[in-house]
Amino acid sequence: MKKTKSMTLNFGPQHPAAHGVLRLILELEGEIVEKADPHIGLLHRGTEKLIENKTYTQALPYFDRLDYVAPMNQEHAFALATEKLLKIEIPIRAKYIRVIFCEIGRILSHILNVTTQALDVGALTPSLWGFEERETLMTFYERASGSRLHANYFRTGGVHKDLPTKLVDDIGKFCETFPKIIDDLEDLLTENRIFKQRNVDIGLVSKKDALDHSFTGVMLRGSGIPWDLRKSQPYECYQDLKFKIPVGKNGDCYDRYLCRIEEMRESIKIIKQCIESLPKGPIKTVDGKISPPNRDDLKQSMEALIHHFKLFTEGFRVPAGNVYSAVEAPKGEFGVYLISDGSNRPYRCKIRAPGFSHLQAMDYLIKGHMLADVPAVLGSLDIVFGEVDR
Amino acid sequence: MIDQNLNKVEKLINSELSSKISGSEIKFGELLFKTSVSEIPEVIKFLKLDNKFKFKQLIDIAAIDYPNEEKRFELVYLLLSVENNIRVKISIKFETNEKIPSIVKIFPSANWMEREIFDMYGIKFIDHPDLRRILTDYNFKGHPLRKDFPLTGFNEVRYSEKEKKVIYEPVKLEQNYRNFDFSSPWEGTKYLKEVKERKKNEEN
Repeated sequence: MKKTKSMTLNFGPQHPAAHGVLRLILELEGEIVEKADPHIGLLHRGTEKLIENKTYTQALPYFDRLDYVAPMNQEHAFALATEKLLKIEIPIRAKYIRVIFCEIGRILSHILNVTTQALDVGALTPSLWGFEERETLMTFYERASGSRLHANYFRTGGVHKDLPTKLVDDIGKFCETFPKIIDDLEDLLTENRIFKQRNVDIGLVSKKDALDHSFTGVMLRGSGIPWDLRKSQPYECYQDLKFKIPVGKNGDCYDRYLCRIEEMRESIKIIKQCIESLPKGPIKTVDGKISPPNRDDLKQSMEALIHHFKLFTEGFRVPAGNVYSAVEAPKGEFGVYLISDGSNRPYRCKIRAPGFSHLQAMDYLIKGHMLADVPAVLGSLDIVFGEVDR
Repeated sequence: MIDQNLNKVEKLINSELSSKISGSEIKFGELLFKTSVSEIPEVIKFLKLDNKFKFKQLIDIAAIDYPNEEKRFELVYLLLSVENNIRVKISIKFETNEKIPSIVKIFPSANWMEREIFDMYGIKFIDHPDLRRILTDYNFKGHPLRKDFPLTGFNEVRYSEKEKKVIYEPVKLEQNYRNFDFSSPWEGTKYLKEVKERKKNEEN
C-alpha cells in the first residue's frame, strides 16, 4: 500500500477567491480537507476603540467602512441604537427613505455575492452583468448622499438631506428594469449544469447546527428556519409593507444562492411600495439639540447658529444606559450593543457582525469536502472582511 | 410557546433560576439578568435547553472595561430565542485576574467570541479549546480595548528600504493626539474644576 502524508496548505491572504484578506490554513489528506483554521484580523482597524473616542456624529461614518458592500444598512443599526437611548421617534418620511436605501443596500450586496459566487465556481459573465447594475445603484447612493460608497447618510434622528425629486422617479424606473436582469442572471446560473454540480449538496448546514453556530440571515433561512428581523422584530415601517421571506430547504450553497435571488425580487417589491406611498414632511427630527439646523437658518437665527456650533464641536449628549439594537443586514443580523455613560461619546460600542460567526463555522462546513469546494463554500458564506475584522 | 410580555418572562426566569440570578431589570424594552461568574455556564445551559425558553442562539458576547470600579470587567451575553422571539441579556461582573468558565461546549460559536475578548481585554477563559489571539497582529502585546491602552497604540509598521523588510518601530506622531474638553464653561471645564478642588483641599 502506498503511504500518504497529510499536507498543510496556506490559502491566502492574497487570493482572489478569499474575498478579501483571509488566511486559511488547510490540512489536507490528499484532496480532502481535514481541518480549516481561518486567520483573520488582517483588516483590523480598531473601529470599536476609535468609536469610543469620537462623538456620536463622528462615529457614524465608521459603520460605512465595516461591510462596505452595503454601507447604509450598517449605519442604520447604529442610528437605531442611539435613537433608542435618546428615546426619539423619527419622522415618517425618514423611515421610508431609510427603508428604500436599506433595500438598495441589500440588492447591492446580493448582486455582488451571487455573481462572485458564480465567479468562484467558474462563471465570468454574471459578474460583468451584475456590476453594471451595482454601478446604477451606487449612483443613487451618490445622488442622495454625495458619495458612492461611504455615504454617512443615516444620521441620528433621520437622514442627512431630503432626496432630489428626480431621484425617486429614477429609482422607480430601475425597479421596472431590474427584474429582467435577475431573470437573465437566473438564465445563466439556476439551471446551469456546472453551477449546480459545484453548489448542490456542498456546505450542508442542518437546522440545529445553524442555530448553534449563531448563523443569521440567509445562512439561517437557507437551512429552512423562517427568521427575518424585518418580519419578526420590525423596525422603521417594515410592518406596513408587504413582502415574503424566501426560505431554503436543504441548507446547501445552492439553496442559499436561490434565497438571495428571491430576496432581490422581494427588495424590489419593497422599494416600489415605499416609492408609491412616500409621505411628505420633514426628514429628520425637529429637535434642534440633536439634528443640525438648516443652512439658511444659520444666517438668520442666533439660536440656530449656537446649535450648529455646539453640535459640530461637542455633539449631543446621550442619556446613560445600555441597549442592543439589530437590523437585518444583507448578510444577517447586524447588531450594535451601545453603552452610554451620559457624555457626548459612546462608552462602549460592541459591533455584532454576521460574517464573524459565519466564518467561524468554516472548519465545520468544509470538513470532508474537496479542496475545490473551499471557494464555493466561502462564496456562499457571503464574507466581507471589513465587518469580520472590524 | 411562552408569553412575549417581558414582565412575565422576567418573573418566569426569576422563579425558575431564583438561586442563580442576583438581579434583573427591564430598561429600553430589554431584559437584563445579573448573575455570578461561577453560575454562568449553568444559567446559559438552562436557558438554551429548557423547553419553555429555547434561547437557542448566542448572538454575541460583549466585554466592557470599568477601570475605576473594584470589579473591573463586565461580560454581557446576548441570547435570542427564535421560537419565542425574545432577546435576553445576561451580565456578570468580576475582578481583573478572575478566570471565566468557557461556554464553548454549550455554544460552539462562543469560541471566536471568547478569543476576541481574550485578545481585546486579556480576560482568560477556563476550558477554552484554543485561546489564541484573533484580531490583532501576530506577536502583538497588550489588550487594545482596555481603557488604559492608548488610542494610537505603541508600535507602528513600515517597510524599511535599508533593511529590505517590514520593521516595527515605536509610534512617532507628527502631531500629538488632541483630546478636547467640551464641557461648557458654565459647568466649569475639567481643568478649572481640578484647580478648584485642589484649592479646597489645601484650605482643609
